[in-house]
Amino acid sequence: MSSLVGTASLVRLALRRDRVILPICIAIFVALVTSSTSATIALYPTVASRVQAAASLNNTASLVAFYGRIYDPTSLGAVAMLKMGGIGTALVAVLALLTVIRHTRAEEESGRLELLGAAVVGRHAPLTAALLVAVGASLVLGGFTALGLFAVGLPVAGSIAFGLAWAGVGTAFAALAAVAAQLTRSARAATGIAGAALGLSYLLRAIGDSSSGQRLQWLSWLSPIGWGQQVRPFAGERWWVMTLLFGVAVALAAGAYALAARRDLGAGLLPDRAGPATAARGLRTPLALAWRLQRGALLGWLAAFVVLGAVFGGIASNVGAILDSPQARDFITALGGKASLSDAYLAAELGFVGVFASVYGVQAAMRLRSEETALRVEPLLATALGRIRWAWSHLAIALAGTATLLLAAGLSAGLAYAAQTGDIGQVGRVLGGALVQLPAAWVLTGVVVAAFGLAPKWIAIGWVALVAFVLLGEFGPLFKLNHMVMAISPFDHVPKLPGGALTVAPLLWLSGVAAVLIVIGLSGFRRRDVG
Amino acid sequence: MAAAVTIEKLSKSFGATRALDGLDLEVETGEVHGFLGPNASGKSTTIRILLGLLRADAGSARLLGGDPWRDVARLHRRLAYVPGDVTLWPNLTGGEVIDLLGRLRGGLDAKRRASLLERFELDPTKKARAYSKGNRQKVALVAALASDVELLLLDEPTSGLDPLMEAMFRECIGEERGDGRTVLLSSHILAEVEALCDRVSIIREGRTVETGSLAELRHLRRTSISADLAGAPDDLATTPGVHDLRVNGTRVRCEVDTGSLNNVLLKLTSIGVNSLTSQPPTLEDLFLRHYEDEPVHPAETRAVRP
Repeated sequence: MSSLVGTASLVRLALRRDRVILPICIAIFVALVTSSTSATIALYPTVASRVQAAASLNNTASLVAFYGRIYDPTSLGAVAMLKMGGIGTALVAVLALLTVIRHTRAEEESGRLELLGAAVVGRHAPLTAALLVAVGASLVLGGFTALGLFAVGLPVAGSIAFGLAWAGVGTAFAALAAVAAQLTRSARAATGIAGAALGLSYLLRAIGDSSSGQRLQWLSWLSPIGWGQQVRPFAGERWWVMTLLFGVAVALAAGAYALAARRDLGAGLLPDRAGPATAARGLRTPLALAWRLQRGALLGWLAAFVVLGAVFGGIASNVGAILDSPQARDFITALGGKASLSDAYLAAELGFVGVFASVYGVQAAMRLRSEETALRVEPLLATALGRIRWAWSHLAIALAGTATLLLAAGLSAGLAYAAQTGDIGQVGRVLGGALVQLPAAWVLTGVVVAAFGLAPKWIAIGWVALVAFVLLGEFGPLFKLNHMVMAISPFDHVPKLPGGALTVAPLLWLSGVAAVLIVIGLSGFRRRDVG
Repeated sequence: MAAAVTIEKLSKSFGATRALDGLDLEVETGEVHGFLGPNASGKSTTIRILLGLLRADAGSARLLGGDPWRDVARLHRRLAYVPGDVTLWPNLTGGEVIDLLGRLRGGLDAKRRASLLERFELDPTKKARAYSKGNRQKVALVAALASDVELLLLDEPTSGLDPLMEAMFRECIGEERGDGRTVLLSSHILAEVEALCDRVSIIREGRTVETGSLAELRHLRRTSISADLAGAPDDLATTPGVHDLRVNGTRVRCEVDTGSLNNVLLKLTSIGVNSLTSQPPTLEDLFLRHYEDEPVHPAETRAVRP
């Protein structure tokens, strides 16, 4: 087909650009699954110990919401792959969708695709190449994962099923990102749409998996992440579920091609409307500009946090009822707070909300660097605007935005919980549990600012730090890491509220660390070259 | 009157790449100064140092009597800048960008803004992502020209403009000069510089190789002469100051050093002149002369953008 001419060259180009990042990501995923398995073998050497652990986990709604269920408590693989089957699967989806958008809409927005489009490249070649690379990467990732699991001693059928589930989820989200890339003109917005779809997919399966009784379990079946888990690797594999994943991928990809055929290069589906000929009176400060540039994203995040808070708060009051075994009660009590099971559940979920809020802070602060590399800072700094004042504009959005998100999630969780329990006093307690996350989230923003000032080319260190802190928190206990190591993560020091003791000291010094990082970053930026 | 820009022995390296290598530049107040050089010769780097975006490694730069690195806000109220590579916020309209930049600088002349929009035929209601390269350039030009400043720093401001708009740009710069503003115009479009500039500095590989008024520069160079003579010239080849002599019967073409012009003309008239055309050296000749020679450091390449 002539519309596919040049696809092979574009695939080679994409692989050349991703030759470092893709192998590293795949290696990290494979290392995580194999080391998780080995660590689980060490932690639960006997069937009895696994059954007990699985019962505790399955009875803890917050954990089921976040990771999923263990469908065969006696199976080593099912216990070992709980976290990788939940959060790991979502990360595979992130890798696939970022890969597709990076090679489609981002290229188109930057104008580079136009350069290629003028060469002998068919109309559908770029989209096809991006899909081939992302789907290929998902399959390779799945293949190596299956090999790795088999190599550390898990059954062959389950290993293949787990690898295939990852490959299938990656493929489905690659196709979903291909659709998102057709809708908007900006790669940022396309990533936002695909990311929101992933978040919704995770949320649906979280509600479905953790709902007591059969009432809402069908929600898990609306979610591609849920399908990946319903393949049930190591727990009586259900191979037919794979057809759902690949079927949806084919349908979405077909949709993406249909949309691509109907639009011009560089255009979105929605036409641009004319805007104001003069700037509004308020658009006269750098902060007003930063707000204008970031408000859309912040409102999107805000909506997501309100929904997230309401879901968590709504589930919390049922937690006590679905925990029937004494071990489960011990387990969750040990996990977080002391006062009640609901408190412990809420404290655990609010910890995740804190991590999500820091994701917002990191990406909002990264705007400093992207504005600089896009050469949009130069004309601003050529006016009477000083560097530090400009930097504070985006920084203020990042810091205040993080606070706003935590406030919103805390309020909505508190109100939902209060509505369930009929105790309005719960609003303040839950809100407090959300707000104590703020200093730790700010530390991440501080890391980004410090990198921006001192080593702007290494700004991605903000993401690296975030992922490292989350992995420390998630897998530190499993690998029995020294607590000194786990204490590197700011999230390790957040008081577990509601229920736990409110210790002010860590909140103060975490804020102090964030402040120092910001001061270091800004003074570095004052001294360095711009551009 | 004090110079608007004084640069002495300015050096700047990006890693192993030496972008500026002892550059000198002086822009008098009230003049339009052409800043000439091929791609990657250090023009943008110099302007960025003047804007306080980059810090020089060595040498000194003074701008409007201040230090471009330290007195940023004070100096920037008095100048406007048009980058060579204009990128705008995709979801702001051109009008919004013009107003924002003007306000951040400390004010904008609304009347001038309206008249410039009209003259440059720019639709201010379009979102920046919908503008072509030339239109983005116009947004930056209108924002700079509509502000009431003493100094304009223009970095290849007409790249992307069509010939009509380029003529409009020249007209505007003429008015700016009339209003007593100082303009530093970096360019490699020689016709533009020749039409607009009082004085010119030519740089090469981060160093100034020639500076002065166009008349002064021409004086240093050769005039080309072609003549149809009454008889065959015999001893022209040995006359001092004559170069590139080509004789075809009674037709003569040659290049003559400005200092020897009188001598050579006397010689020609003594033979008898039927027709004569003489051409002063164009800026292009001056420019090419500097760049067709062997490079100063043949092994080094000079990328400029950091």
